[in-house]
Amino acid sequence: MSSLLNEGESLGAFIERYRSMELLRFLTCGSVDDGKSTLIGRLLHDTDRIYDDHRKALEEDSKVHGTQGGAVDLALLVDGLKAEREQGITIDVAWRYFSTARRSFIIADCPGHEQYTRNMATGASHCQLAITLIDARHGMTRQTRRHAFIASLLGLPQMVAAVNKMDLVGWDESRFRELERDFLAWCARLGTPEPMVVPISALHGDCIVHPSTNAPWYRGPTILQLLEGVPVMTPSADAPFRLLVQHVIRPSLDFRGFAGRIESGSVAVGDRVQVLPSGRQTRIARIARDELSGGDLQFVAAPSSVLVTLADEVDCSRGDVITCVGGVGGSQQPAVCTSIEADLVWMDETPLVAGASFLMRIGTRTVPATVVRIRYVVDVDTLGQHVRDSIEWNEIGRVDIVTQQPIVVEPYRNMRALGALILIDRVTNATAAAGMVRSGDPHEPSPRRAHWMTSPAPTLDPPASRGAGEALERAARWRQRPAAILLFGAPKSGKTRRAFAIERHLWQQGHAAVVIDGQALRSGLSRDLTFSDEDRSENLRRAAEVARLLLDQGMVVILSMVAPQPSARDLARDLIGTDRFLAIDCGEASGDDAAMLRDVEAFIRPDRTPGAG
Amino acid sequence: MQERRWTHLDELEAEALHIIRDAAACFERPVLMYSIGKDSTVLLHLALKAFWPAKPPFPLLHIDTTWKFREMISFRDETARRHGLDLRVHTNPEGLRQGISPITHGSRVHTDVMKTQALRQALEAGRHDAAIGGARRDEERSRAKERIFSFRDRNHRWDPRRQRPELWNIPNTRVHGGESMRVFPLSNWTELDVWLYILQHRLPVVPLYLAKARPVVERDGLLIMRDDDRLDLRAGERVQERLVRFRTLGCYPLSGAVESSADTLEKVVEEMLRARTSERQGRLIDHDQSGSMEEKKREGYF
Repeated sequence: MSSLLNEGESLGAFIERYRSMELLRFLTCGSVDDGKSTLIGRLLHDTDRIYDDHRKALEEDSKVHGTQGGAVDLALLVDGLKAEREQGITIDVAWRYFSTARRSFIIADCPGHEQYTRNMATGASHCQLAITLIDARHGMTRQTRRHAFIASLLGLPQMVAAVNKMDLVGWDESRFRELERDFLAWCARLGTPEPMVVPISALHGDCIVHPSTNAPWYRGPTILQLLEGVPVMTPSADAPFRLLVQHVIRPSLDFRGFAGRIESGSVAVGDRVQVLPSGRQTRIARIARDELSGGDLQFVAAPSSVLVTLADEVDCSRGDVITCVGGVGGSQQPAVCTSIEADLVWMDETPLVAGASFLMRIGTRTVPATVVRIRYVVDVDTLGQHVRDSIEWNEIGRVDIVTQQPIVVEPYRNMRALGALILIDRVTNATAAAGMVRSGDPHEPSPRRAHWMTSPAPTLDPPASRGAGEALERAARWRQRPAAILLFGAPKSGKTRRAFAIERHLWQQGHAAVVIDGQALRSGLSRDLTFSDEDRSENLRRAAEVARLLLDQGMVVILSMVAPQPSARDLARDLIGTDRFLAIDCGEASGDDAAMLRDVEAFIRPDRTPGAG
Repeated sequence: MQERRWTHLDELEAEALHIIRDAAACFERPVLMYSIGKDSTVLLHLALKAFWPAKPPFPLLHIDTTWKFREMISFRDETARRHGLDLRVHTNPEGLRQGISPITHGSRVHTDVMKTQALRQALEAGRHDAAIGGARRDEERSRAKERIFSFRDRNHRWDPRRQRPELWNIPNTRVHGGESMRVFPLSNWTELDVWLYILQHRLPVVPLYLAKARPVVERDGLLIMRDDDRLDLRAGERVQERLVRFRTLGCYPLSGAVESSADTLEKVVEEMLRARTSERQGRLIDHDQSGSMEEKKREGYF
């Protein structure tokens, strides 16, 4: 093993260098025999990071357990547990640590057998980069596609595919290019950032630390060059401020401090903040720190663990979130809600069924929660979404969750710390699922909707294509069938007032609704039209065309139009589609707004039989 | 505005503080396992920092096998006194009565009775549902799979197949009565990180880590310090004064010294940077048999 000290480097110079070195956390994944352990062993070996006593133990182990005919088997360096070594499999995520002159690394070594989904999701939740092993002989397998999918689901910003065992395909460039194309195409479908693909032989050490003479056609970086070269993602001080309160510290009546980690952004003494979920506002009084560590701070940024005091006596305890008001990112606030939509990686052997209750931990808050609905299960091989009643072990699905107390959430892709959650089985205490919040519903569910959500899943056809999938997704997200509601009648018949009332009511139920007001159209789109019956009909036609576009996006559109000619209303009905069109005559309507609301709600229910309207 | 740039030691510190605070908040009767060594020194410093200006909301527990170096014991008592901490010391009374010793009974029996069983007794007596310890994953191969929040059943056993997946920084801290959790805030630290942190914060350490002329005997290829006269000399053995220090500290008859002239923290770090062998090489306890640390963990060894 070589020294970390450079030739002639003083300790002081080393410490400065080491302290300023960045830390990269990455994971390795692959199927059972793809050579993952060998790759890690090779990384340690070729960077000369193996202690002499470990090397000696390795040489002895290789004779007994090795697969290299008594020669040194680098895989044994990392295959940790005795039980595993005997069975030749890796049971669980193993963590490795090593440094080079440039960087420190933490490796999450994720095994690729039956529990791969759970292990890979676990590893990925701590990492920013994934190295997926592909056996050059076998090419992309189900497993490879799944690894990339999980990496994209967990939001890993960097992907690397290492095409291993190139020596066994004679370092054939065309074979490598074929696999490279396959992998890039799959990642493009997933929408992940473009990955790097590297040809390697872990067994012989090609392109791991040292470039290979076997692949003169490959001019890209080696694995180590990549690891040392990719930018390390650190939380930005410019992001919105989020402090997740872990613990209240009260040594005396004079001091009440809130301890926790700043997961995002930064804060300074005097900044205006609010405590969620209560929404109470105050200012940061102190960023307290002991004298030995240098005393109080004026400013502090993520990802520090800190202790703050607040200017006013506001209620704040474990599970609360302190956010900024105004300033950087002040306009982006988490939702406070009891209903969320999330992607789950199911990790329990007992399948998930709708109606099951758990403890849910999100941030530092733990609340009782119920999965009220399974929207679909993803077929990881085709990315198809299947409406199913259960999510099985190692499957991934989209669900609706209702919590017993309000929680503070943000979409996972915007704010990991408030979008990541786990579900805990209340009987076994097992971690049943990892979840990523898609959206938080800012409205309390009404009794009616809660009833609806626990009813059987609607009979929606599986999507035939990505486009159809999105329309389905939108409709499912808003729990509505896209529809156009035409309120027509003479001027002053109350159309517009009712249109806005319906819109507001639908919003409050969590639907996505929008009003198109005929009068407002005349200020722009229909500026050329007069108030003749013909032009009023033309105005309706234009409104209907706009409505059709919005319907395709899954919206409920409320049209408020004079529309005096029955023929024009029929035209609009044809344009939009009979099943999606409901006309209400405000001249005739008795004035019973409640009845009208009920009709509209019935019409947009996802489980309404088409044609019943 | 930012006072200095974020370094990877800062990151490890912030992560450890987060873990310690969660452990304190999520368990009813946590305890900090204080074993006096360098890792415990960092752990205790972080625990003090995590709850400042209050005291840590848990006691310190030391499992005393009665075979620790005398300097360790005086350092322990001085540390607890200086910080005004609630230090609880436990020795297995059974083992004491049977006169279990690493010299006559061997490291395996000694470790089982005086450490593993003693720890169980102390955790049960204190009804502790969480024990915070200073173990690191890079110490030993079987530790590489250890969780930060590591679940133990009612018999304090660690089952690698029943460990919970740990996602993001959201630990699942739920346990039923009698079950417990071992919590390892320094999981992601390396030996080098620990020493650099000690150096950076000028933390006091047991003087045994620094080189000094000490009475040692050569035994089974290790340099064993004769800390008291309980270490009987075998035929042909003789006590020599040699300039030595220790990379890890445990029971003195089981801890091998290394010859060294590193008598300051700086020199220790420099020596470690040039080391070609791992810190555990000087520990008899790990060399009983292949996979021995794994076996001990399954039985409830820390």
